[in-house]
Amino acid sequence: MSKVVENANQAIKGIESGMTLMLGGFGLCGIPENTISALAASEVKDLTCISNNAGVDDFGIGLMLQNKQVKKMISSYVGENQEFERQLLSGELEVDLIPQGTLAERIRATGAGIPAFFTPAGYGTEVAENKEIREFDGKNYILEYSFKSDFAIVKAWKGDTAGNLIFKGTARNFNPMMAMAGKITIAEVEELVPAGELDPNFIHIPGIFVNTIFQGTDYEKRIEQRTVRNS
Amino acid sequence: MKGLDKNGIAKRIAAELQDGYYVNLGIGIPTLIANFIPSGINVTLQSENGLLGMGPFPTEEQVDADLINAGKQTVTTLDGSAIFDSAMSFAMIRSGRVDLTVLGAMQVSEQGDIANWKIPGKMVKGMGGAMDLVAGADNIIVAMTHTNRKGDSKLLKSCTLPLTGTNCIKKVVTNLGVFEIKEGAFVLLEKAPGISIDEIAQSTEGKLHADQNVPEIIF
Repeated sequence: MSKVVENANQAIKGIESGMTLMLGGFGLCGIPENTISALAASEVKDLTCISNNAGVDDFGIGLMLQNKQVKKMISSYVGENQEFERQLLSGELEVDLIPQGTLAERIRATGAGIPAFFTPAGYGTEVAENKEIREFDGKNYILEYSFKSDFAIVKAWKGDTAGNLIFKGTARNFNPMMAMAGKITIAEVEELVPAGELDPNFIHIPGIFVNTIFQGTDYEKRIEQRTVRNS
Repeated sequence: MKGLDKNGIAKRIAAELQDGYYVNLGIGIPTLIANFIPSGINVTLQSENGLLGMGPFPTEEQVDADLINAGKQTVTTLDGSAIFDSAMSFAMIRSGRVDLTVLGAMQVSEQGDIANWKIPGKMVKGMGGAMDLVAGADNIIVAMTHTNRKGDSKLLKSCTLPLTGTNCIKKVVTNLGVFEIKEGAFVLLEKAPGISIDEIAQSTEGKLHADQNVPEIIF
């Protein structure tokens, strides 16, 4: 059975209102642009989105927020989005803020078959409220659980028809762990090649974790803070 | 601002760097420290979005949207750099591989508690990686102004804002001086040039231990 589909519209078949999605990216770096655009143009709504950030007003997950397709965001930092703030203050949108390392590890645990783990992050803060605390070697840790997600949507640099993925630069970020964590994982790649063209020694995510793959088009790769030096 | 300016605070903290250190610098004053790394020592900067060995900003020609730091600024790699995913990045942080973490803060308490992510009644942007960093690192320096815009002390008996971490800060560098947090007090190690102990005492709400002969910061 082929994992390859033509485009994002084909890839998102099966995503339904009310589902929980993981979406890769850090800020706007390494986000699955094509799939987000397809979702924003679709009728699905009441989504719970697990993603480190929530995009900006007119790009990334911000596009889905504009359409009021998101019911809840699970993120570590959401400061770059005015529509997000408006919906949050009006009560239209729920948000669950999680320390970034805990978020990453909860996603990793999901894909690794680990139901829960102890982490020191957030001990003694409101993040620890109503959570089990345990002491190991004199230090306190809080119990955190893995997620349940219906779809994971990731962006890679190169992929092959077997679903193997290679990431580039810091566009890697949350994408590899999310690729492992979806009940169904959709990968969009800049370059899709036949199986055999990628060196097996340099695969970041093996194809076993990827259900659907397609070559994206027209990547904008918007930069949030363009900082340069003179020479 | 009395005493040191932001660059002065950064420059003083840079003097704490040692050869071979892996360092994570937060947003704000901490970022400036990269400009003052002493010559002759090798320091590797960690960016929690998945880069070890962060280089300077790119030239116009080098700009790559796929290579940013945790502040979402475009950056470069260096010889010896490594790129990894977010789970591995925080594995380094929580397991204590990062030798020094420098963060900004809104408040620090005499017990070493820190508050730097949330002001009740204002839009909450999130804690990002700050809670993982303060919980995982042994050696954390806070870089901040001594008082807030209203003139209130940020070195307190106990933090009034929601905490980022407890009992984790051991050193604070402000525009007025260098402080070690020890046994429930801010111990003045060095004062900023031209600043008196009285001025420091007036701006410090938490318990302050200050020797009359404490030296001035020397650059």
